[in-house]
This record gives sequence, C-alpha cells and structure tokens, in this order.
Amino acid sequence: MDKDEIIGVIAKLLFPFILLFALYVQFHGDFGPGGGFQAGVIFAAGIILYALAVGLEHAMALVPPALLRPLMAIGVLIYGGVGLLGMLRGGHYLNYSVLAHDPLHGQHYGILFVELGVGITVASVMLMIFYAFMARLD
Amino acid sequence: MLVATATAALWIRSLFAVTMLFSIYSLLAASLFITLDAVDVAFTEAAVGAGISTVLVLTTLARTGYRQRLRAQSVALPMTVVIVTGAVLIWGTADMPRFGDPLAPVHQHVAPRYIEDSPHEIGMPNMVTSILASYRGFDTLGETAVIFTAGVGVLALLGIRRRAPTRAQSPEDASRPSESESEHG
Repeated sequence: MDKDEIIGVIAKLLFPFILLFALYVQFHGDFGPGGGFQAGVIFAAGIILYALAVGLEHAMALVPPALLRPLMAIGVLIYGGVGLLGMLRGGHYLNYSVLAHDPLHGQHYGILFVELGVGITVASVMLMIFYAFMARLD
Repeated sequence: MLVATATAALWIRSLFAVTMLFSIYSLLAASLFITLDAVDVAFTEAAVGAGISTVLVLTTLARTGYRQRLRAQSVALPMTVVIVTGAVLIWGTADMPRFGDPLAPVHQHVAPRYIEDSPHEIGMPNMVTSILASYRGFDTLGETAVIFTAGVGVLALLGIRRRAPTRAQSPEDASRPSESESEHG
C-alpha cells in the first residue's frame, strides 16, 4: 500500500480526536446519544484509519493483536460479571438496583460498567476482524 | 436518493464503485435515521455501514479482484422472487398505522411504561441507553456474545499468523529482513 504524505498527516491529526470522541460517546452514552456499541465501533474506526494511512505494522505495534485477543473476552466477562455481582448482592441476574445503596446509583453504575464491557468487546472484535482481513493481503 | 444509489449499485459492474455506492447508501440511510430522531441508530449506521464494513469489503476486494464476472444464467427467477417479495412488503405497509400516529400499537404496548417509569427507576436522560442496558439487559448481553462469537469465528477461519513483535521471525519475513528494517528507519 503506497502511503500519501498528506493523508498520513491529516489522519494523524484526526486520530486523537476520533479516539477522544469515542471515549466521550462511551462515557456520555447515558446522557446523550451513543453507548458502548457506537463507542467501540468509532474507536476501532479510528485505529483502522491510522492503520490505513500510516501503516498496518504501526497500528499493530500500537494495539497489538495479542492484547486484543483477551480483551474480546474480557468485555463479555465484565458484562456477565456485573450481572453476577447483582446476584451476589441479593438481586436477580443483571439487576443493577442492588449494586449501590441507592437504586438509582446502582442502575447508573451497572449501566456504566455494562456499556464499558460492550465497548471493549466491540472495539477489539472489530479491530481483530480488520487485522485478520489485512493479514491475508500480504 | 436512496433508491437512486441502490439502482446504480445494481447496474455498475465495477465492484469497487459498488462498494463506494453502498457506503454512500449507508450514509444516506444514517441521515434518514437522524430525520426520524433515531440518533443512536444513525450513529451505528454511519460508523458500521459507511465506515468499517466498507473498509472490510475493500480489503476483500483487494484480494479477490475488482471486476464482476458476467453470469450466463437467466435472471428471470431471482427477478420474480424479488418483485413478488417487494410487492408483498409494499402491500403490507398499507395496513400499517400512519407514521407518528400516537394510537399505533407500538406506542400502546410497553413504550408508555418505559417513558413514564424510566426517569425515576433508572434516572438517565437517554432513555435508549436505559432500555438497552437495563430493561433489555439480557438482549444486550446476548448481542455482545454474538459479536464475540463473530470475532472468534473470523479468527478461527482467517487467523492472524504473524503478530507485530514477532514479524521478523516468521518464515516469509525472514527471507527479506532488510525490507521491514528500512520501513521503520
């Protein structure tokens, strides 16, 4: 893949803002539009832009596949773990109201962590699929 | 515009152009969702449909080639199936309630309960998030598991044989080590 300098510079400029926006969508998802899925996809898209513009090996050095492989599972485990935590505290599975003294706060924490789990899984799976496709090219 | 893009995608034989047209189609669909006030869906459509899936299709095309092979078979049977299905779907919309009708069944079932109770049960301004993550927590857990399974499936089929740190050790790269050295230099 031949690399255009202008595209590389612009992509490097945009790259941190895309990641920042992804984090904003992730953690602001309970107030504004967005949530774990959208944030994960935007995060992955940011890294993919970096990989396409700067080079796949640089992106792989930044986010190595060996790191993504466990993260794929960790996201799902966080989600399930929050559900189990609710059970340990005497509620139903995935009932967040028992996570804190105030049910509203419990719901808030529950949704925050569940969305985090979704975000981690989505971002790492999307990147993994992209890496797998790109690895087939050369 | 959606129809025009879709029709163009059907006629053009260059798969590269078709991929771009589908990307534009997704972007148009995303703006359609915004006008319907479904911002969360528009977000997803723009990022997944117009962004990531386009990149994935392009990488596939780079491997398989850009030209569509002409098929000798007749198009009569698929054409009939598509036209009949489309006609049935359009006929079905005649029975649907008018768009935005407050008396439509979809607004009478669980939606009022969510709208009335979620502010003091969940306390989140974005009701979409509270429904997805709390009321429908099991569904979302299932969706996350589906995505995880998809990732595992792709890895099992394609795999990533070479990791970035161990690139130089793999047999293909070992034969031409000077190339990867100069890239970093």
